[in-house]
Amino acid sequence: MERRTIKVDVLARVEGEGALRLVIEDGKLRDAELRIFEPPRFFEAFLRGRSFMEVPDITARICGICPVAYQMSAVHAMEDALGIAVTPEIRALRRLLYCGEWIESHVLHMYMLHAPDFLGYDGAVEMAKDHPDVVRDGLALKKLGNEILRLLGGREVHPINVRVGGFYRVPSKRELRELRDGLLRGRDASLATVKLVAGFEFPDVERDYEFVSLGHAGEYPFNAGHVVSNKGLDITPQQYDAHFEEFHVKRSNALHSRHIGHGAYLTGPLARYSLNSALLSPLAQEAAKQAGLGPTCNNPFRSIVIRAVEVVYAFDEALRIIDAYQPPDRPFVDTPVRAGVGYACTEAPRGMLYHRYRLDTEGSVLDAKIVPPTSQNQPSIEADLLDFAPRWLDLPDERLGHLCEQAIRNHDPCISCATHFLKLDVVRG
Amino acid sequence: MTGKPRLAVWKFASCDGCQLSLLDCEDELLAVAGAVDIAYFPEATRGVLKGPYDVSLVEGSVTTPHDAERLHEVRRQSRTLITIGACATAGGIQALRNFKDVRDFTAIVYARPDYIDTLATSTPISAHVNVDFELRGCPINKHQLLEVLVAYLHRRKPNIPPHSVCMECKARGTVCVLVRGAASCLGPVTHAGCGAICPAYNRGCYGCFGPKETPNTVSLSRKLRNDGMNERDLQRVYRTFNAGAEAFREEGDRHGT
Repeated sequence: MERRTIKVDVLARVEGEGALRLVIEDGKLRDAELRIFEPPRFFEAFLRGRSFMEVPDITARICGICPVAYQMSAVHAMEDALGIAVTPEIRALRRLLYCGEWIESHVLHMYMLHAPDFLGYDGAVEMAKDHPDVVRDGLALKKLGNEILRLLGGREVHPINVRVGGFYRVPSKRELRELRDGLLRGRDASLATVKLVAGFEFPDVERDYEFVSLGHAGEYPFNAGHVVSNKGLDITPQQYDAHFEEFHVKRSNALHSRHIGHGAYLTGPLARYSLNSALLSPLAQEAAKQAGLGPTCNNPFRSIVIRAVEVVYAFDEALRIIDAYQPPDRPFVDTPVRAGVGYACTEAPRGMLYHRYRLDTEGSVLDAKIVPPTSQNQPSIEADLLDFAPRWLDLPDERLGHLCEQAIRNHDPCISCATHFLKLDVVRG
Repeated sequence: MTGKPRLAVWKFASCDGCQLSLLDCEDELLAVAGAVDIAYFPEATRGVLKGPYDVSLVEGSVTTPHDAERLHEVRRQSRTLITIGACATAGGIQALRNFKDVRDFTAIVYARPDYIDTLATSTPISAHVNVDFELRGCPINKHQLLEVLVAYLHRRKPNIPPHSVCMECKARGTVCVLVRGAASCLGPVTHAGCGAICPAYNRGCYGCFGPKETPNTVSLSRKLRNDGMNERDLQRVYRTFNAGAEAFREEGDRHGT
């Protein structure tokens, strides 16, 4: 028996530590796995006993790339537990903050992590030698997303201004207006990004995913709506646990998720777009059409095009919010404490993020459950590999390995995010 | 070989936010890449140049037996080793496990704990190897990161003031949130570097840069207690992102239910 093993020990250009392993026997693919060896940090264990007010700042530390997503799911879940509702002005500012994170995170992934695959470079710095304009454009776009985060959040990584009930401080009309020129420039530049990435060469593959994202929100989803799928699912975040379960596989320090009775599913840009493309702004819809996208997309390699379209939308939406902005009378609504359970799903750049907390009468956390997008996507990522790799088995190991790396990178996995559940087996060191 | 200094970026248990700060230097990144060879930085590139490295930036804390071994290899390969962020300098938020009895965890039933290999504690890099410079913050300030890099490339001492956040509030013109009773604030005992963002946003400092040089935590705790904070909350405020830093650990231990 001829056995060929292809290993990529450290997956580059993903957030966190993962590895890839393919086993080929007698010319047939026997196994494909994404191993996650990022050490677990046990957030759900040490959240117990913390005050509900601390949770948005603590869970932000799960991920330095998408801290806003953790803050948003945390505050919405806490508000659900406390039975309070925020004002429309605060809701709009939360969407604006999310626009900043989508721009920053998507542009980082498109230009610095993903584009080098399509243009044939090891990384963006190497790519800058031949394509300095491309890298400079990407950095300039990313900076505009970070400017929203800096004004509204206080800083780019682990913003300090998000609190249960609203914000610690809300910006003045003038402060927001100062972002306007940059965002207008960014919106134009993002249209050029769509053109650039739509011109890349994509493997001609499709998969019949079950797409899961927020939907039925009357708007392109950030932090409101039902959890819906293209295969008939339509539930509230409060019903999440009855429809999804997590399981533990040995090769991974992250739990995997499945839709009970259905199996693997996919969350993230491909899912969001395919379930909500009609809700994009006219400009973003036109950009998608020009890029050759239909109303849905089942080719994961084209996720980079969808990210570009979502960046156009994020600039458009940020401008809409800034132009309509009226500062609220108070930066936050009161948060009277009571015992209860709260649930929330919001759309992190790389997919849906579920939080659930149970609070006691003093507002301390009794237990916490956090399901990041990468845990939800891991079974689909491995299914992608099992589907695609057999078509590439004739290629040399290096090329085959690289294509599989790309197949993983398509979903922008955030491995730091994915390793927080697993509690512990103690080895005394 | 270009003869340029070689920079490596290493990750241990962390959120990636501190190394992301390097990529967040949108205006300076290409200049940095021109001044050094980025020899190892898996978050940014597949390309790998062999060691030794002139400057290693180390993010994250040590939480597994394997990482403890890997860290010694990183030290052997590095002329200068700089830790970036609260995880690497104090054990990070994951050092909260250090305060738990193992029985607290085993009482909770988990899927397959036998699949996981982890240490009982989360420890800073300096608990394992010699460290040349520690840059504070959860996350670090990217301008301070550039200052440290430039300083080491020119073999001079980095200009990173060890005073408290209070100095930065004064420089920024922020009225003291503690004095005007707007919020409880760890600013008087917390290392400067963030630019005193929280008080400027109407909230108290929550200590994400860890203890300043010679902090008077006892005095601050007395003030916070007089302002109405209970013992449990007093322990909580010191036990966050720098819970493992000596001054915060000791002060946290003095309080509780």
